[in-house]
Parts: sequence; C-alpha cells; structure tokens
Amino acid sequence: MFKTLNKRIAAVLVAALAVVSLAGCGASGSTSGAQETTKAQAEKVSGTIALAGSTSMEKLCEALSESFMEKYPDITVTVEYTGSGAGIESLAKGSIDIGNASRGLKDGEKEAGAVENIVAIDGIAVITDKNNAASDLSTDNLKDIYTGKIKNWKELGGADEAIVVIGREAGSGTRGAFEELLKIEDECAYAQELDSTGGVLAKVAATPGAIGYVSLDVVNDTVKALALNGVEATEANIVAGSYMLSRPFVMATKGEVSAQKATVQTWFSYIASEEGQAVIKGLGLILPQ
Amino acid sequence: MANTKTNSKVKTKNAVEITAKGIMTVCAVIAVFAVFSITLYMILKGTPAFVKVGVPELLFGSVWKPTAKVPSYGIFNIILSSIVGTGASVLIGVPVGLLTAVFLTDIADKKLSSVVQPAVELLAAIPSVIYGLLGLMLLNPVMYRLEKLIFAGSETHTFTGGSNMLSAIIVLAIMILPTVVNVSASSIRAVSGNLRAASLALGATRLQTIFRVVIPAAKSGILTGVVLGIGRALGEAMAINMVAGGSVNLPLPFNSVRFLTTQLVSEMGYAEGLHRQVLFTVGLVLFVFILAINLLLQRLRKKATDNE
Repeated sequence: MFKTLNKRIAAVLVAALAVVSLAGCGASGSTSGAQETTKAQAEKVSGTIALAGSTSMEKLCEALSESFMEKYPDITVTVEYTGSGAGIESLAKGSIDIGNASRGLKDGEKEAGAVENIVAIDGIAVITDKNNAASDLSTDNLKDIYTGKIKNWKELGGADEAIVVIGREAGSGTRGAFEELLKIEDECAYAQELDSTGGVLAKVAATPGAIGYVSLDVVNDTVKALALNGVEATEANIVAGSYMLSRPFVMATKGEVSAQKATVQTWFSYIASEEGQAVIKGLGLILPQ
Repeated sequence: MANTKTNSKVKTKNAVEITAKGIMTVCAVIAVFAVFSITLYMILKGTPAFVKVGVPELLFGSVWKPTAKVPSYGIFNIILSSIVGTGASVLIGVPVGLLTAVFLTDIADKKLSSVVQPAVELLAAIPSVIYGLLGLMLLNPVMYRLEKLIFAGSETHTFTGGSNMLSAIIVLAIMILPTVVNVSASSIRAVSGNLRAASLALGATRLQTIFRVVIPAAKSGILTGVVLGIGRALGEAMAINMVAGGSVNLPLPFNSVRFLTTQLVSEMGYAEGLHRQVLFTVGLVLFVFILAINLLLQRLRKKATDNE
C-alpha cells in the first residue's frame, strides 16, 4: 500500500522536475546574458579558495563554506583561523585568497591593497538578570562598570545591589570586540571570567545584580538586554549604525572582487545570493545594507 | 613416538610462553614510552615561554594580561590559588575522611558499615562535572548571600556572585573524601588485631586504642591516602571551573580565582602565539607539581613496605 503510494509520489515528483527543468532551459535562452554567465560559471568553475583570519568568524565561515561546497562540489574551500591581523597579513603576502577580519580594515592594510568587503555585522548585547530595574546605560557608565569604578546599581539610580561583572576569558573574540569597541582593553575588572557564551548567559540569568555581554543572536528571555545611550540592541539599530556595540565581519580581497580569480568571484556572488544571505541570517548575524 | 609427542607439546608451550612474554613486554614499553614522551613533550612545549618571558616574571609576576598591547604573563596568583585551594581542601577533607575511616573500621557495627562503605565508594564514582553542577546550583547562591552579608557596604570588594575560592575548596574537600576514606580504611583494617587486643588488655579505652595505637600503626597508609587526595585536588579542573569564577586574583576566600588546571581549560581554545606557549608552561608547572606529589607517594609506599 505504502510502497505503491510512495512510487506514485516519486513519479509525480520526477514529472514535475522534468517540466521545471525544461521550463528553465527555455527561459535561459530568452533572458539576459548576465544570468547565462553566472549559470555557466556555476557549471564550469573549479579550483580552490583559501581563507584565513578572524577566529570570531569561525561559525560564519564554517556554515558558508559547507553550504557553498554543497552547491559547487568542484570548488574546495579551506579556512584557517589565525586572527584578524594575521589573516590580512597573509592576504597582503598573497598566500591566501581572502583575509577574514572581525573589524574594519586599518588604513595601513587598505594601503597595502586590501579591499574591505563587509559580508555581515555582529552585534554584542549587554545583558542583566531579568529583575534588574536598569534598562538603559550610557557608554561611560558601561565603561565605569566594567573597569570597576561603579560597583553598585544604586549609583546608577537602581536598587542597592552589588554589580557582578561577568565577562569572557582572555583570547575570546567577543571579549576582544567588547573591550575594543568600548576602548577599555585590558582595563576590565571582571568578577567572573567564563569560557563560553552559554556560561555567561546562564550565570547572568541566575545571579542577581549581574551584568554580562554576549552575541546579540543568543539573547533569550532568561535575561534582559540593555539599551546603550538610549538605543535598543536591535538589528535595525545595528544596521543603521546607531547601536555602538557592533562590528563588521570583513572578507578582504587583494584588489576589487571583480579582479579576483573565478572561484573567489563565485564565492562572493554566492554570499550575495539569497542562499548565502539565508546562511548568514541563520547564524544570527545581521546583513549589511 | 611418545617422545616426539611430548617434544612438540613442549615446543608449543614454549612458543606460547615466548609470544605471551613478547606481548607483555610491548605493553610495558608502551606505558613507559607514554610517560617519557609526555614528559619530553611538556618540557619542550613549556620551556620556550620561560626563555621569552623570563622565569621570575612568569612564575612570580602577579599580573595576568595575555592579550594586552603590552602583555604580561605573571602566573603567581594562579600557582598560589592552586596551592591554597588544594591545601585548604585537604585540611578539611582529611580529618573528615580519617574519622569516617575509623568509624567504618572500628566504631560502626557490620550493618551500618555495610551502608556507609558503598556510599563512600559511590562518592568516588560521581563524575566531577556533577560536583561542579551541584556547586554551581546549590553552593554559589549560598555563598553569594554570605558574601553580601560579610561585605555589606564595602566599597572596595568586587562582588563575585558567589563564585569564589571557598566554593572551590568545599567542592574539592568533598571530592577527595572517598580517596582518603578508602585508602585509610584499608590500612586501618590491615592493623593486626593482636595490637588492638593488647592495647585493650592493658586497660586502654577504645578511643585511646584507636588514636594512640591503631592510627599510628596505620600511619603510612593514611599518609598515602592524603597524598592521593592532594593529587586528585590538584588535578581537578572541571568542577573548579564551574564554581570558582575564573578571574585571576589572590586566593582569598571570597575572591573569584583561577587554578592551574582551569587556566588551561578556559584559555586554550582561543590562545595564540606567546599566550599559548605560556599556557603550556602552566601545564608544565602543574605537571611538575603532580610529579612531585607522585614521587612523594612512591617514597611513602616504599617506607610502608619496609616497615612491614
């Protein structure tokens, strides 16, 4: 019974596929040339793409290269996580095709020929436990909390509750970005240094008076995300550039993308395609406009 | 005819003996090889940072800022935390463990001891992550309340939310209990019954017999248990990582601290360059500590067998 049903469904599907592919052939004959070339590329291009750089971009690169190689089985993508600076350096030396940086490129790097292609934007949310009355912090207050100058919520007009400053371990990309964006590198007085995003989330949720920072996409309803300078930690605000705790994920190339080898061009057109954008969004990252 | 049969039997017997001997030798070589290669690896990986950072700066520097623009790699507070944490947990765990062992061997009747003994053994089988989890869920909130009471109104104290040295010590003390209890109990049981009988016959009370005769007689075995406990506390990472907070500070009871083990666990993931090399050095320091503990253990055991 089931077998015959399955067979029937399969038959219908095959028929449908045939119709669609026929239609596709017909369409490609009549539409613009641009589409034809991308299609041709998709079929022909083979080779390798070498990426290296930011450790913070590991999740993004793994997801993108996995889905990319599924679509283009003839292209091999290799990614090394050496750190943003090292990645751009290798790019300048020409040992890789794409240098990953989880920050904007520096002037010196641009002068050396690196072109900044922002593929996604990462946002960092400042979180407290749910019962905290505070909902908005100024950048200066946030700095003072993390450098140990403000130690109690009452100094900010909140309840008389000690502030438990929670952060990530030295070497963590989120910690690096947080301290760099606030310009408090290595001045932080952490009460706890935890080695995972989940750990920070759980500790902040469970500790009255705690404050912590995590990637925007993992914020859930066990904690409260604070606004900074009156700007809510939302995707729209990050894209608009008004929320200050955000950083770009750059895939830098030596020279413009259009001047790169075919495999690299395919990579960037994949990222710009709906599929690529869906992968980026799926990771909780924000698409640049 | 019969002669050749026995001959072939002897031959196969010899072959079996020889192969068995060969297999066992290979196994023994693997174990020795593993020890030597681990030692060699740790020394090779751990010493470069000594040269680059400088021995006094590394071992006795108290500022740990590995990712700063001008990085500093002082692990003194971390070494101190490991020593203080282990020492304090042994100070708590050993008396409790020893008295439990005495209770099991000399005080409790068979029925009671048949309940307590398996319970203690079960304690040893619980994975350290479970200890960590319980510490995190039960101990830390209590500690935070205590912290708020003690440091109420303090301007200088950094509130840790209950993740502190004291939590780590308590968790470690519980974790070394089974080791201390089991090793001590078996060495107390090994004390000859004649000794007890003689002491009692001379008019000593039961308690006097236990503390003046039995425990001194079982001394080296008990010490072995203590040293094994120290080894376990020193090498523990997971449970401490969950309850101790993980900031590098002086090992005061209500400070968030980092041990040698948790230093490796929490920073190895993303460390690079010299930072990574220093972490290997931290591993080497831990390795040397553990090695020293084990050498001490071997000497104690030798002494024990010499006495017998």
